Amino acid sequence: MTHDGNGNHFSEGCAGCAAREVVDVGKRSFIGAALGAGSMLIGAIVGAPLFRFVLYPVYAKGASVQWSDVGDASEFEKNDGPVSKTVSLVQRDGWREVVSEQSVYVNRAQNGQLQVMSAICPHLGCSVAWQASQGKFVCPCHGGQFGPDGEHISGPPPRGLDILKAEVQNGKLRVQFKYFRSNVPDQESLG
Amino acid sequence: MNGESNEAMPASKGVADRMFDWFDERTGAKELMHKVLHEPIPGGARLAYVFGSGLLFIFLLQVVTGVSLALYYTPTAETAHTSVAYITKQVAGGAFLRSLHSYGSSAMIIVLGLHFLQTFLYGSFKGRRELLWISGALLSFLVLGMGFTGYLLPWDQKAYFATAVGTNVAGEMPLIGNLLTRLMRGGDTIGTLTVSRFYVAHVFLIPCSIVLFICAHIFLFRKAGPAGPPNEDPVHPKLAPEPFYPRQVLFDMGFVLLIMAALAGLAYLHPVTLGPIANPADTRFLPRPEWYYLPMFEWLKFWEGSKVVVGIVVIPGLLAMAFFLMPFLDRRLERLPWRRPIPALAVAIVVFAMVFLGVKSQLDDKQGPIAEQLDLQAEQERAYSAAPFQPYVEPKDEAVPVALPVGPVSPLVGTGRGIFNERGCSGCHGTMGKGTTIAPSLVGVTGKFSQDQLEALLRNPNPRMRSGRMPAVDASPKDMSALIAYLGVLGTAAANTPELHPVLLSKIHFDADRRPTITKKSDAIVTVPSNPGTSNSPSPTAQPLPVDTGNGKQIELAAAGQKLFLRHGCFTCHGRAGAGGLAPALAPLVAQLSDSQLKSVLAKPTDKMKAGGMPPAELTSEEMEMLLSYLRTLPNPRPENQPTAKSVTPQ
Repeated sequence: MTHDGNGNHFSEGCAGCAAREVVDVGKRSFIGAALGAGSMLIGAIVGAPLFRFVLYPVYAKGASVQWSDVGDASEFEKNDGPVSKTVSLVQRDGWREVVSEQSVYVNRAQNGQLQVMSAICPHLGCSVAWQASQGKFVCPCHGGQFGPDGEHISGPPPRGLDILKAEVQNGKLRVQFKYFRSNVPDQESLG
Repeated sequence: MNGESNEAMPASKGVADRMFDWFDERTGAKELMHKVLHEPIPGGARLAYVFGSGLLFIFLLQVVTGVSLALYYTPTAETAHTSVAYITKQVAGGAFLRSLHSYGSSAMIIVLGLHFLQTFLYGSFKGRRELLWISGALLSFLVLGMGFTGYLLPWDQKAYFATAVGTNVAGEMPLIGNLLTRLMRGGDTIGTLTVSRFYVAHVFLIPCSIVLFICAHIFLFRKAGPAGPPNEDPVHPKLAPEPFYPRQVLFDMGFVLLIMAALAGLAYLHPVTLGPIANPADTRFLPRPEWYYLPMFEWLKFWEGSKVVVGIVVIPGLLAMAFFLMPFLDRRLERLPWRRPIPALAVAIVVFAMVFLGVKSQLDDKQGPIAEQLDLQAEQERAYSAAPFQPYVEPKDEAVPVALPVGPVSPLVGTGRGIFNERGCSGCHGTMGKGTTIAPSLVGVTGKFSQDQLEALLRNPNPRMRSGRMPAVDASPKDMSALIAYLGVLGTAAANTPELHPVLLSKIHFDADRRPTITKKSDAIVTVPSNPGTSNSPSPTAQPLPVDTGNGKQIELAAAGQKLFLRHGCFTCHGRAGAGGLAPALAPLVAQLSDSQLKSVLAKPTDKMKAGGMPPAELTSEEMEMLLSYLRTLPNPRPENQPTAKSVTPQ
């Protein structure tokens, strides 16, 4: 490398430098490896926690199981087909806690037991509605159809409507609302 | 890996090499790499040259950790604190990354200082490197700006109060101070707009400027070339050069690893804490800035009143100017520090003064009630950090909306405002303590003094305050804490809280004439609004303009005198209509004295009067006439009031 009279320098490289480059290949690659190792070390120190940090919401455990009140069990004495109810549940949304509402259907199944179904279509997550005139649930998005007990009748959904864990306590019907993975044949709870 | 060998053995080239060649032909990457790594360093590589690369590394680390923090952080007054708590307590790796970011800012300042000292001592800024130096000086200030803006973002107690003080300091600038403070805060108070502004500055504006000036700094550095050791000619280097790669790169890498190890070790072993959420109504909180602002913080304690401008604008301004213009001030090509003693001595003095101020600030804080309060704050911060994460809960519709940006206002504040106004503090210190020509602004006074210091000053003003006619405030402990609570919120929206009259809190009795009387002695000077329509005789506590003389001129004089009486805060002690309070009722005294005697004791109070806190009345002779006219109109207080008045006369 040389300098002209004005202090500017030319970066063509000096002869000595080039010669050393050829001669000290072994030393050079060692230095290169050392620098690489140093960079990797820094990358690991910052990268590992960063990786966990970014992925945290993906793996974070959801809130613990909670029961939501649906209503008085006596409300559902008559067996006139599924009844739409709204349940509210406290959810964690990142650093905030929100009370969100979800629709469920309460139905007296053929065995006489009260059952609570999620209104979320197991196909791709649209909200299904009970069509009393047709006596079945019809998904407005892709035409999936379900019987009053939630069994799959026709259309793309891979399984029937999701039955939620429910119980009657002190005359009140309550339910454990959950989300399930969509578009898989078996019910897989999320969170 | 040069062109010839590539052509000689085309068959032996692997896919990776061919891809690299393809890339290189289109970008010139190899040439660029060559230029970067083969920078010639006159006199060879040295450990002393590692600081610049160190700074660049820390900046990149700050960018990486900062961007990751932004993944969860939200810049609003309502949610900022919760989101930082979430990062610290909940998210995997969050405490570590936030600590890296926080300690990284300190590391930045330290390495910046080393970079400055190395460049200065080696005289490396000499020889056509003025712009290089100035870009570096600008970068230094941008880095300080990053520290200042980043400090507020967690929105905890120390963040809030340090920013309150910091933005108030900017307010001391002549002419533009007020505008500057309001601009930074996004209004009069520190609130959600302040968080937004600081966030935008911290995340967009300043970092972008830093990147820009880093580019300029490196470009100018490469243009001028490394200056080499102090015995080298900075313009026409003569010493044998050594390329940047490999030795200097290795030195730099070693230094960077050292920084990384130190930061990671600190972050892992001592993760930074988060204090409780900002509570503007907390009057006891002692704000302390980051350690690198402590010299400035301590420096400000030395400057009062009209000299503040000198302390915070003139002297720092001159220093900053000298810093920026260093290459023009120290312009000889001589580089050895001992051959340019004046710049070396000047820098040594400034550095020593900063270290001294910083250490002094630390030592000041190790004493008495301040140390106790700081320990308490540190303890609260540790406790908050250790407590499990509490998610932010959306306020319910029926709930009273949170009074942002001021936060919850303690009822004490309203009471304090009542006391402030009723005792006539506002007469001199202005509405909401904003200051008048008579007395200084009280905004931020709780940042300058601890609660105990303030109380001591209020109960027993120092000579300077007394010379400004500040009377001693004799209040019950309860009233005093209310007053100090109010002083603490001056300058924020909370200062505008509706005033609660302390008299309303104490027991009010109605006498035979259905006039309210106050039984609480400490509240004796507080007026009770009385309705003139229901009152037969003139009330001694709420007296309208004097009307009992027939002479129009006399009324005018007396009215002017009453204004003086109020403006000078005489009523603070002697009661609204001189009916007595902390000091004796005036009418009986005035009646005993001739005009000349009165003038004499007013201008030069007797020892007994002085002992009671009576300051000399500094009035022109005309003003004195007015005051006398007014005093002569004062009604004799009703006899049953007299014992009350006397019983609270300071002994």
